[in-house]
Amino acid sequence: MAISPSSIEQVIPGQGAMAQPSAAPARAKRRRFRFLANAKAATGVAILAGYCLLAVIGPWVAPYDPDARSGDVLQAPSARHWFGTTHLGQDIFSQILVGTRSVMVVGLVAGLLATILSILIGVTAGYLGGAADEGLSALSNVFLVIPALPLIIIVTSIVEQASDTLVALIIGFTSWAWGARVLRAQTLSLRRRDYVEAARATGERTGRIILFEILPNLTAIIASGFVGTVIFAVMSEITLAFIGISSVSSWNWGTILFWAQGQQALAQGAWWWFVPAGLAIALLGTALALINFGIDEFVSPRLRSGGRTRIRTADGRTARMRVGFTPVLAPARTVPSPRGKEVTK
Amino acid sequence: MRFLLQRTAFYLFTAWAAITLNFFIPRLVPGDPVQSLISRNQGRISADAIQSLRVLFGLDKNENVWQQYLDYWRQLCHGDLGLSFTFFPTPVSTVIGDSLLWTVCLVGITTVVSFLLGTALGVGAGWRRGSWVDGLLPATTFLSSIPYFWLGLVAIAVFTGPGSFFPSSGGYEPGLVPAFDQYFVPSAIKHSVLPAATILVSSMSGWILSMRNMMVTVSSEDYITVAHAKGLPERRVALSYAARNALLPNVSGFALSLGFIVGGTLLVEIVFSYPGLGYQLFQAVGYKDYPLMQGIFLIITISVLVANLLADVAYLLLDPRTRKS
Amino acid sequence: MTDPVLEIRGLRVDYGLGDAAVHAVRDVDLTLHRGEVLGLAGESGSGKSTLAYGLTRLLPPPGVVSGGQVIYHRDDGPPVDVLALSPAQLRAFRWAETSIVFQGAMNSLNPVHRISTQLLDVIKAHEPRSTAAARRQRARELLRLVGISADRLDGYPHQLSGGMRQRVMIAMALALEPQVVIMDEPTTALDVVMQRQILGQLAELRERLGFAVLFITHDLSLLVEFSDRIAIMYGGRIVEEAPAAQLYRQALHPYTDGLLHSFPALRGPRRELTGIPGSPPDLRAMPDGCAFHPRCPKAFDRCDKELPPLGPPGDGDPGRSVACWLHPAAVPLTR
Repeated sequence: MAISPSSIEQVIPGQGAMAQPSAAPARAKRRRFRFLANAKAATGVAILAGYCLLAVIGPWVAPYDPDARSGDVLQAPSARHWFGTTHLGQDIFSQILVGTRSVMVVGLVAGLLATILSILIGVTAGYLGGAADEGLSALSNVFLVIPALPLIIIVTSIVEQASDTLVALIIGFTSWAWGARVLRAQTLSLRRRDYVEAARATGERTGRIILFEILPNLTAIIASGFVGTVIFAVMSEITLAFIGISSVSSWNWGTILFWAQGQQALAQGAWWWFVPAGLAIALLGTALALINFGIDEFVSPRLRSGGRTRIRTADGRTARMRVGFTPVLAPARTVPSPRGKEVTK
Repeated sequence: MRFLLQRTAFYLFTAWAAITLNFFIPRLVPGDPVQSLISRNQGRISADAIQSLRVLFGLDKNENVWQQYLDYWRQLCHGDLGLSFTFFPTPVSTVIGDSLLWTVCLVGITTVVSFLLGTALGVGAGWRRGSWVDGLLPATTFLSSIPYFWLGLVAIAVFTGPGSFFPSSGGYEPGLVPAFDQYFVPSAIKHSVLPAATILVSSMSGWILSMRNMMVTVSSEDYITVAHAKGLPERRVALSYAARNALLPNVSGFALSLGFIVGGTLLVEIVFSYPGLGYQLFQAVGYKDYPLMQGIFLIITISVLVANLLADVAYLLLDPRTRKS
Repeated sequence: MTDPVLEIRGLRVDYGLGDAAVHAVRDVDLTLHRGEVLGLAGESGSGKSTLAYGLTRLLPPPGVVSGGQVIYHRDDGPPVDVLALSPAQLRAFRWAETSIVFQGAMNSLNPVHRISTQLLDVIKAHEPRSTAAARRQRARELLRLVGISADRLDGYPHQLSGGMRQRVMIAMALALEPQVVIMDEPTTALDVVMQRQILGQLAELRERLGFAVLFITHDLSLLVEFSDRIAIMYGGRIVEEAPAAQLYRQALHPYTDGLLHSFPALRGPRRELTGIPGSPPDLRAMPDGCAFHPRCPKAFDRCDKELPPLGPPGDGDPGRSVACWLHPAAVPLTR
């Protein structure tokens, strides 16, 4: 069946992550570092690196065992307990630190799985075309319009006490469709490029063409798809934990919120119980979103905001750089004289 | 017309796929959670209801899968989704019928409003680069990175409490009877303000950003230069030429991401104990009420498909190129 | 020669600001006379389109006009400097006095609006007091003028062929009877037959309506046939300007000569096709002296040191001008 009239192909070519990366494969290496010159991307990568570090060392540096109860019940943040304590006297700061690993692992594993699936399905569909394309496109469209989160909730709830790995797998298997769709559209357009046609004409093997001619030019899209999936995976995992579906015996930020909600932390005024976890999520989400903005702007520089949009002209006025009205830096001071005669400057 | 037929065919196909998925999920899982529920409620459930649950969850091991599948469809066609355990012995279809309207009103309206408002702001941000809206982008990025449900928690902590105008939970004043009268409707609106605001705040920034980027892209199209060259008023160039074209990809993006949005917004209902599908799903999860969960999943999917079809109709009206006769 | 209608004086157009600025158009002087067709030719990157967009102030960021004047002589009333107009004045000036037919025939029309909407909105914007019926009548006449049946008025751009779209654009350009029509590669995207048809029609319309045309193309052969005078651009400057026939018969600048030998002659004896060796100059690193000297077969020691001024050649016809040390100007025009 023919599906896709209102699809990515119409989502304006050249826009955002769908845009064609202009770098030739050889130049990509040199430009990779320039990506970090983008302030947004650099901020995002720095924050993400911080989280990754915490994921590794979190359980070691945590001052308390996150499960250990103590006499300090429902304490507000203090020097002893930076983020306060729960109704059982557990240290929330330690819970956040320990929970980082689970969040990052699920996010990265699910992101990786979804990215691999989206490459396999999207690139295959775009490159092969024909019936294979129709079938794979229909498959990814179906997964795209079916609401993912309710599906994930149902699948996870049927499994008793789902572990992190299982949650990551479920999320990964249900969230590859968007990436596959974008990759398919881009592969389709790359396939018609001259250099790919040339490679095919000289009889290069399909695998080689995909690996060396197509994939390097999809790097930006793959990267932004990966980051997008990680955001979705982290949100989904936390949601699952928050509504109490996944295992509550291991810590992640959603688990903290689950207990906070269950113990009516709000009604008791224990704001410290849910604020740190929420901010941690938001900061991670922001970092990932910034990386994606960076990729978008890297691929299509037009999207960059800022720069100098206001300029000073010679006679002291300010003009705005804008489409349709080119600013004039130094207009002539004299009023033009009647026709034919020399106009002085 | 061909466009719409194609899309309808696709949505029917997706609905079939979702229903089939719903059929297979419980059958792929080892163990029989439903079996244990049935035995626990032995004597309280009628033989018909037990039979219906057996069909839904594939407990008849002596039937082959194909036969089970046919039975499943037969039962769905009669609108029988089994019995809810949470609201025992209410049928799932009744529970869903009660909460569907709440969700459609809250999630449906706020999603559309968020799209329209975000798109309008995005037009401004994309047309006037470097204006105050651009400065707003980092803040909105942060807001959109916050899980909806957490923002809801904060909203409850900040805005509700004794003596506050905003109620912290529920869809209407306890004691009122749902009806379209002068007592119930204002109460329902009052209860929906905070959840709606929560959804708006966190979902709008995505639309602002995508519309802004689309405006920037469209602004360099030839027909925009022509519109400037024609000396048209700025408003006309910005709206009738740039925004009108930038809207098209945003509308198809809206259609595609409906599934994601609805999933997230359902969680807001949980936080506010809003009597919609999301809250019911939450309760169903708590009670391990599989029939209700599956029924809700089906209804949500079908609602999203219908919304998708509506978005496609909107696209059709907006883009003359799809209107080939 | 008739009165000038558009005088470009010392126009400079940059991309970017300050030290990072790339000078794409440098001190260009050019005069368009009433009712004439002035051809502007050059390789891609010579600055010819930048010149057109700069003088109409349609250049998108980071383009800026960094100096000069563009003086437009109204039919009635005093001349105006287009570069000194406020945005509101500029809007009123545009299309009513100077209209443009753009390169991208395919993308010049807004895909979501009917042809009628796009023809009518420009008339309405400039003549707000006209009645809807009168505007519609005008739109029908305009389409008839370019040989398109009036029932296409309610069609959408995607329903028209490339040639028809470009004709619609020409009809639109004439909607307010401007004195100047700028054409930026108007036929490049079309096939040769369509190109001929449209140019023939354009010549006829110009006879009838008497507007002046600034015709920009990389195809010098087209200009030789179609225009009254030709200006050649290289590296952001005008390097030669002459009546079309003279330029074709005897090119003074070696670059013009090279351009003329890059295409087969349509009539007359066969000539050898040589083309021009080398590639257009990098605008960020222009050679000293004459910008063409690295590619010039006749360059001598003066060429890489001093910039030759544009002016009537001391050894030739005063009706033409050239910027080349082989034919040093008697009275330099450039400052």
